[in-house]
Amino acid sequence: MAYSDKLIDHYENPRNVGTLDKDDPNVGTGLVGAPACGDVMRLQIKVSDDGVIEDAKFKTFGCGSAIASSSLATEWLRGKTLEEAETIKNTMIVQELNLPPVKVHCSVLAEDAIKSAISDFKQKRAAKRALEGAKGEE
Amino acid sequence: MAIQLPIYMDNHATTPTDPRVVEAMLPYFSDKFGNAASRSHAFGWTAEEAVNNSRDTLAKFLGADSGKEIIFTSGATESNNLAIKGIAEFYRERGDHIITSVVEHKAVLDTCKRLEKQGFRVTYLPIDKDGRVRPEDVRAAIDDKTILVSIMLANNEIGTINPIEEIGRITREKGVLFHCDAVQGVGKTPFDVQKMNVDLASISAHKIYGPKGIGVLYVRRSKPRVRLVAQMDGGGHERGMRSGTLNVPGIVGFAKAAEILIEEGEAESKRILALRERLRNKLITALDEVNLNGSLEHRLPGNLNLSFAFVEGEAMMMAIKDVAVSSGSACTSASLEPSYVLRALGLDEDLAHSSIRFGIGRFNTEEEVDFVANLVIEKVRKLREMSPLYEMHKEGIDLKSIQWAAH
Repeated sequence: MAYSDKLIDHYENPRNVGTLDKDDPNVGTGLVGAPACGDVMRLQIKVSDDGVIEDAKFKTFGCGSAIASSSLATEWLRGKTLEEAETIKNTMIVQELNLPPVKVHCSVLAEDAIKSAISDFKQKRAAKRALEGAKGEE
Repeated sequence: MAIQLPIYMDNHATTPTDPRVVEAMLPYFSDKFGNAASRSHAFGWTAEEAVNNSRDTLAKFLGADSGKEIIFTSGATESNNLAIKGIAEFYRERGDHIITSVVEHKAVLDTCKRLEKQGFRVTYLPIDKDGRVRPEDVRAAIDDKTILVSIMLANNEIGTINPIEEIGRITREKGVLFHCDAVQGVGKTPFDVQKMNVDLASISAHKIYGPKGIGVLYVRRSKPRVRLVAQMDGGGHERGMRSGTLNVPGIVGFAKAAEILIEEGEAESKRILALRERLRNKLITALDEVNLNGSLEHRLPGNLNLSFAFVEGEAMMMAIKDVAVSSGSACTSASLEPSYVLRALGLDEDLAHSSIRFGIGRFNTEEEVDFVANLVIEKVRKLREMSPLYEMHKEGIDLKSIQWAAH
């Protein structure tokens, strides 16, 4: 299978590989996929108090396209607000990396990972605010 | 010595044609180009003589009685089709039952599936944890309507060698014909149609350093005399079993490839086994969580099928792109299903996705093996650094305890 230069670059020089502290209240973690299906993505975002994604990290078990898709996702996420991040669609990843049709599911997984990380962060923030609210009433 | 890239280590898929084979073939293109079926002139006689000498060599290669038992085909896929469909059609009155195994090549499995649609019953035997067919399973599956057992000599993915001699003893005792797809094993592990009571055997030249496009179906002529219905109509070549002008250069090349293995096969297998073990030992010493798929003992010398846990096979192949290997990962197949052979082995699907098949052959060197070992070690480590599963494994999390969202 012939892959695009961009895809190969992201695969060979993946951006933002790593781990953020999942217990940090400012960190949202998305873990999607399944080992049995051959791909698992973990995408993490660190969000500032004013809602900007300061940092994004990933680790991926999967094929070259899955690794490249998640690497690209972290690159796109950094510096975006949560609202902007939510507009990232898998088709944008397909286009940017020129993914062949059999690899489109890798981009879907990356979009799922983004959504899952944002949702995790929002839940944490809501829980934190609820806790603070409760404290404030005391 | 400098290593030349890329390195070919996928010798189960195909092998380079040995230069000695090419040399033997060359006269039969433009000089001795006759049609072996031309009975009326010297061009034809020269070709026929070359073909008959080749038959004798190939008969010797298989342990067969006579060159007349050698039927030339276009390759092992055709041989398997001809054997199974030809037998089914000829012996239909006698019975409707065929026995094979779940890990046969698609040329056998899909042929059997087609026969099922035509009303035949097919039993697909499982394999044991080593990847081998159990002879007692063959015995238990035979009923009074069984006409054929088809079991491969060695598996193309995991290199596991089946107990063909034991199976042949049972089929002979029960009076059932025995076909063996010997493509992957012949010339690499002992194979003898007489000693093993094999009635039909498929082999292919390009897996043994011969040319592509030429195969053989061995068809026993006596005790028992095997009959089959031709699957192609035409001039009635090959004792009426396979019509079509003979591929004389291919046949001469096939015989030369067989002759080389008759003379050098044993020494070559020893050398290749040593290379395989060198590679295996380097990898399992340097890396944790490496799983050998299939039996170590009953295994083709050049085959090494390993799962590097927490690393996906296609990503691994991209990482070692200067080395030609293959993977059981779904991502390398059009179907997006991981290898049916590895699944039949009972391997967890994630490990099936992580498998890499190394196929060491005649032209691989110790330097190449060392280069590949070092490269694989480096890349597995790099990909594991990127793998959330490896991180979780290192943290002591049982990956099986997690509820994964299958997609």
